[in-house]
Order: sequence, then structure tokens, then C-alpha cells
Amino acid sequence: MMTTNPHAYSPIIRLRNIQKSFGHRRVLQGVDLDVGRGEVVCLLGPSGSGKSTLLRSINCLEKIDRGVIEVGGRLIGHELVGRRLRELTPRQARAHRVDIGMVFQAFNLFPHLTVLQNIIEAPIAVRRLTRSEAVRRADSLLSMVGLSGRAHSYPRELSGGQKQRVAIARALAMQPTVMLFDEPTSALDPELVGEVLTVLKDLAAAGMTMVVVTHEISFAREVADKVAILDEGKIVEFGPARQVIECPGHDRTRSFLSRFAWKASD
Amino acid sequence: MQNSQYSEEAFLAAVRLTKTTDILQRKHPLRWLPAIFLAVVLAWFFSDVARNPAFGWPVFGRYVASAEILKGLWLTIWLTCVVMILGFALGLIIAVMRLSNNPTLRAIAWTYVWLFRAVPLLVLLLFCFNIGYLFPTIVLAIPFGPIVYQIETQDLISTIGATIIAFTLHEAAYASEIIRGGILSVDGGQHEAAEALAIPPLRSLLRIILPQAMRSIIPASASLLIGTFKNTSVASVIAVTDLLYSAQIIYNRNYEIVPLLLVATAWYIVVTSVISVIQYFVEGYFGRSLVGNKQLGSVKNYT
Repeated sequence: MMTTNPHAYSPIIRLRNIQKSFGHRRVLQGVDLDVGRGEVVCLLGPSGSGKSTLLRSINCLEKIDRGVIEVGGRLIGHELVGRRLRELTPRQARAHRVDIGMVFQAFNLFPHLTVLQNIIEAPIAVRRLTRSEAVRRADSLLSMVGLSGRAHSYPRELSGGQKQRVAIARALAMQPTVMLFDEPTSALDPELVGEVLTVLKDLAAAGMTMVVVTHEISFAREVADKVAILDEGKIVEFGPARQVIECPGHDRTRSFLSRFAWKASD
Repeated sequence: MQNSQYSEEAFLAAVRLTKTTDILQRKHPLRWLPAIFLAVVLAWFFSDVARNPAFGWPVFGRYVASAEILKGLWLTIWLTCVVMILGFALGLIIAVMRLSNNPTLRAIAWTYVWLFRAVPLLVLLLFCFNIGYLFPTIVLAIPFGPIVYQIETQDLISTIGATIIAFTLHEAAYASEIIRGGILSVDGGQHEAAEALAIPPLRSLLRIILPQAMRSIIPASASLLIGTFKNTSVASVIAVTDLLYSAQIIYNRNYEIVPLLLVATAWYIVVTSVISVIQYFVEGYFGRSLVGNKQLGSVKNYT
């Protein structure tokens, strides 16, 4: 990308005053967050702190009650009409989602389709790629995640780690500008976590903008540029990953991170 | 409990045995008893049926493949096919309406299912057959405006037409519930994944959701298909010459009631068996990628 001033910080994701309630429970209480182009931001926090809801609101899987979401210079899920924000039609919301890739905790691969069919489905249906183009792209993505040769397997024949790598390839096949990861390693056996984190590291190194909800503190410290700690629907601390994790400035951050002390040492 | 002969030597001997022999499996000699008992009872019953002149087996043999019966059978089969196709097409629309976000569409779908499950099939059939009395002419017009087209109901809806309409309306109510159940059985994560990939709703339904829903739709649909196939005999009350009515025509002529009912029964059983076999293979087709081929038919082996 060409910029006149390489030091100017131009965020690709801007969240302002995000509010969301489930019934009487206020899950998000006015969250602000900026993610720069090519940055990796990890969302950490105790369960129920609203980090998954925040992530899912970025691509409208979760409707928000109030707030502004901007990705790549345009409003997501809403449009400005006069002096009010109005909800978009599902068709318009879908068009905005095209540039945002999402990886789920439970993989959510389509079990009746092969690995290849899983990956080429959306590029053909949504991006209007020809089949051969889509297959070519899928092949290179599969080799990127270390799964070339598994194109014709069904998801049930793969291990959890392999499934998640296919899910990442499937999201990347849409050539998103931003990737969202919702606890990508939480459903995996411990010995399979590493292979998925390796793919995430490669992606980060390749300059992909990523927002990752995770419990892998060591991954966050190593790979993330910034870390946001959420608690009770608010960001209680936000800053460079090492600084926040190694010398947290907030009591809540400290008490949350202390539970992972055994992990940070290994 | 400790065996009285058990000792350290016995343990070592047992360990030595593991190198050469497998564990002896339990035998189940008494398992055969109920089977033998059943075989004797059935043989007794069938030999009696075969020799009982009241069953009229020679008459059965004469009519089982007669032209009249086969014609009735053919009508029953194609009527079932037409009704299933129309019923499931309408049922799919109603199921999707029922799952829609639009409250009006949901209410229409709910009311449809409520109404057509409440009205007995025979009553519905008689209503459709007599619709000419209720609405002598069918009019195509702009509401409260001029008439565009007009036709006598009797000319438009024949006996078989009334049958198809009644059965389709009835069938669609049940089919929509089967399809809705199938769609609901698919994990919510599948909808979300399709949404996150921006796949349009119709494509997502046809490519992602329905193929997975098929696993629970097929068994219930096969039961509905078999039920419909047999229920077509209800149409004999308005003189549709289906399989049963063809048999009735013959026994009204020659008074051989039991043999001809057996002829009809035999064909109902044959076709139902064929449907069951087809069901087995179709289930295998839609289950092939979801479970290993060996596990087909049982999610888990409890026996």
C-alpha cells in the first residue's frame, strides 16, 4: 500500500461505542477499538466478558443495539440516513461481509462436502469465480495450511487441527481484507493447538489484519501487536501485547492473567 | 468374588495362555429357542392358511396379475408419485415460510399446517370432490374489479383432479413439518458459517442446509410415502379406479371378496417393500459423508 507518511496510523477496523444486551444482561457496554492494517489484535478476558460477542458483531453475526462499526472505510451493518443509523437489509449486510473472513471455535465445516468443495463453494457462489479458478486458489491455500493432498477428504476424516486449518483456508478463499478468529484453538486437543497457531503466525507474518479471541496467552504475547482485555463488557486495558501481558496496569487484568501464570512460564 | 481354586500359579498360567489363545467367547445356546418356537408356529399357521379353501388361492392366482388389477396398481403408483412431488414442493415452501422472519408468513404456514392436519383426509377428499356445489364457477378476476376469465368448476376439476388436490393439501401439511424438523436438526453453526461466507439464503438452503437435513427427512418421508401409497385407497369412495377399487369392482362381480382383498394386500406389501429397500439406499447416499459407511443405520451400537 502506498501512503505518503508511513508512520501515519490508519486503522482498517474502527469500533465506537458498541453496546449490546441479551435481555437485561448488558454484554457490551460501549466498546471502542481500533485495528490497524496488518495488525494482529488479541481479545482476552474471562468467559462472559463479551469478547466473542464483540468479535461476532464486527461481521454482523451479532446485531448490536448501538454503536458504529467501520471496516475498510465503510460502515458495516448500518447506513447513515439523515441524522440516524439505520439497519441494512440482509442482502446489503451480506455484501459487506464478503471482505471479512471468520473462523469459528467449532470449525463449522460443511460435513457433506469435501475439503475442496468446502473451500470453493463461496468463491463460486459469491465471488463469481469460475470453478477452475476457485480450485486453483483452493489448491494453493491448502498447501499454505499444509493440507495439500487432503482436497478430496471429507471433514469427518480429518483431525480437529486439520479441520480448523481447512476452515482457515475456506475463509481465506474469499480473499478477505480482515480475518476474525473466535477461539480457534479452544475445541482442539492440546497436542493439535500448535499446528493451528503456526498457520495463524504465518498469516500474521504475511501481513493479514487479524482479530483473535483466544485463551492462548503465550500466543498473544508472541504474535499479537496489541492486546485488549475485556471484562464485563468493557475494554479494561488495551495496548502493546508484551506490555499488557507482562506488566499489566489494571487490577482486573492482573487477576485475569494470574490464572495463566503456569502457562506463561512454559 | 474369588474363585476358590485361584492362586498365584493359576494367574501365571493364565498369563502364559494369553500368548497362544484368545479369550473364549460366551456361547448363547438358548438364543435359538424363541426362533424355533416362532418357526413352528408360523409353519403351522401358513400351512393352515394354504389349505383353507376360504382363502381361495386359485382365485388369487387368477387375478393377481390380471389387466384390471395391474391398471389399478399403476394408477395407485402414479397418483402416489404425483401427490408426493406436489406435496413436498408445497411442503418445502410452507416449511421455509414457517422458519421465516416475517410474522405474517409464519402465521400463514402455522395455520395451514393446523388446518390440514385437523381435517380428516376422507372429509377433505369429499370436500374437493364436491367443490362444484360450493363454488359452481371459478373466476379469475382483479379483486373487486372486472372478471378476466371464468370456467365451470366441473369442467376444470375431474374426479382424479379432486383426488390430487385433496391428497396434495393433506400431504403438504405433513411434509412441511418433516422438512422443518430436518432443517432444525442441522447445527446452527452451519447457518452461521454460510452467513459468514456471505452465501445467499436460497443457495445456503439448497447447498448447505437441506443436504444435511436429508438425514432426518428421509426416514420420516419414507413413512409418509408408504402411508400415502396406502391412503390412496381412500379415493376408492369417489370411484377412482385405484388398486383397491379395481379389486372391489371384480369382487362385486364374482363375490370372491377375500381372494381379491388378498390380491390388493399382496400388491400393497410388494410396493411397500420396494420403497423400504429404496429408503435404505437413499439413506446410505445422504449419510455417506457424515458417518463411516460401516456405521450406517446406527449412530452408536448399543447391543
